Amino acid sequence: MSLKIEEVQHIAKLAKLDLSDGEIARYREQLSDILDHIAKLNELDTSGISPMANVIVGASPLRADESRPSLPREKLLQNAPDAEKGQFKVPSVFGEKKK
Amino acid sequence: MKTLKELQDGKTTSRALTKACLARVEALDSSLHAFLHVDESAPERASQVDKESPLAGLPIAVKDILMVEGMPATCGSKILEGFMPPFTATSVKKLQDAGAVIIGKTNTDEFAMGSSTENSAYGVTHNPWNLDRVPGGSSGGSAAAVAAGIVPAALGTDTGGSIRQPASFCGISGIKPTYGRVSRYGLAAYGSSLDSVGILGRSVDDLIPLFEVMVGKDPLDATTVDAPSITRKLSAESLVGTRIGVPAEYFVKGIQAEVEERVREAIKMLKMLGAEIIPINLPHTEYALPVYYILAPAEASANLARYDGIRYTPREGEKSLEDVYRQTRGKHFGAEVERRIMLGTYALSAGYYDAYYGQAQKVRTLIRRDFEEAFKNVDAIAAPIAPTTAFEIGSHGDDPLAMYLEDIFTLPANLAGVPGLALPVGFDGDNMPIGMQLMGAPFSEENLFAIGRAYQGATDWHKEKPNIG
Repeated sequence: MSLKIEEVQHIAKLAKLDLSDGEIARYREQLSDILDHIAKLNELDTSGISPMANVIVGASPLRADESRPSLPREKLLQNAPDAEKGQFKVPSVFGEKKK
Repeated sequence: MKTLKELQDGKTTSRALTKACLARVEALDSSLHAFLHVDESAPERASQVDKESPLAGLPIAVKDILMVEGMPATCGSKILEGFMPPFTATSVKKLQDAGAVIIGKTNTDEFAMGSSTENSAYGVTHNPWNLDRVPGGSSGGSAAAVAAGIVPAALGTDTGGSIRQPASFCGISGIKPTYGRVSRYGLAAYGSSLDSVGILGRSVDDLIPLFEVMVGKDPLDATTVDAPSITRKLSAESLVGTRIGVPAEYFVKGIQAEVEERVREAIKMLKMLGAEIIPINLPHTEYALPVYYILAPAEASANLARYDGIRYTPREGEKSLEDVYRQTRGKHFGAEVERRIMLGTYALSAGYYDAYYGQAQKVRTLIRRDFEEAFKNVDAIAAPIAPTTAFEIGSHGDDPLAMYLEDIFTLPANLAGVPGLALPVGFDGDNMPIGMQLMGAPFSEENLFAIGRAYQGATDWHKEKPNIG
């Protein structure tokens, strides 16, 4: 199969990746090749087979819903490119920044 | 473990040993580039270690995808340049509490996505056996550091072969534990249902003391379990009564002739040691690659959403939040990471989910069933790790599919969640190492170690060292 340029652009948008036209063209070709290989899975009849949902058979990863100590706020903010008053700071969510 | 015994017998001190490690890094790493960070304060920490602790003063290296507080963590990516983790991975913490001294962080393909370390944003690691060849990946830095004799053991991670394949390429031993046996807390997540934290060391004896410390339930990783009893415990003395399966699907056209020969010789040795060799089939082996390259990228596309320019340095763009996301990620992720995020995003997107992700999860069930069936009749499965020995740096160019094909023999163990032990079993005509893997039923690592120790007791491949420094 061959992905269309618009499809690759759409995927990049969903994945929040700013890509150049050259990257889009290259990924289009490479992803199409990989998807061709993956199409092999359609050879198999999987009707009646359940999807593998858990890796560890019989494990029950439930725990008591109790609060536990967490890392201190300063430590979690130490790597932030921008923080203020103990919070992550981000640019305007809606529309462009006003001058 | 020899180093540990020398420490315990007082023949050397942790401080001296750690200093020697750093001197060896200094001497060799300009040609190997196995390390992304070296901790110069390690000898000082070494002299403070409790001498009664089980790993008292043992110097080790850690793949730079596991968090160690006080050392930068890059995951081989520019998107985490300058990141200082505010916590330590449970696997590392347990080793530190047992007295191990972390001397530094080793190179990795970006976010562990790769089979050669060529995808590291900080440059490729060179194979100590031949500097023009790759060390394998993604735990290539750890493998090169152990093979070059810089550290006696190092931590790695294995999502699709990333411990076993570099161990094979560098002529050392390595254990990829059962999924859930070692905590993943503090491992930068790639494929959460596939990731496992393990160890690389020269011999099986070098892996065991670390493994024993690292295993067990961790409240910070809900998928960990305290190991239940294994189905059939093997004798520690002899391989008589041990049943080893040899899967026909792992000896296929395209495999380097010397790899097949050395692996078959190793299997013959296991037979001479008393094991019963049983031909088996793992019929869905050929589907492991397509299943993996849907599931791992799908999981990666979700896991890597966190690198958004908000919580970790660096940040690009300023017009809007969307602009920050797209520019930061577009600029600082490397090509392989972008490809896998895109592939995963596509496989999970509306209209394609059932055809790709749903079908892959069903075929994953079939792959696991193959192993369950096999382990009804055998205690371990012996197979090649990689179709070839270490290839030349740059030889796979910009061909992702060719690189993915390097993983065809290692992916099934991750999909099934079973453990795999890598053992060196000889060399090819270019003097490049060849490895064999032993796969076992879930939680049967002790059995794999028993078989591996018996093999290494009768052979010297694990004692071979590259002619470097």
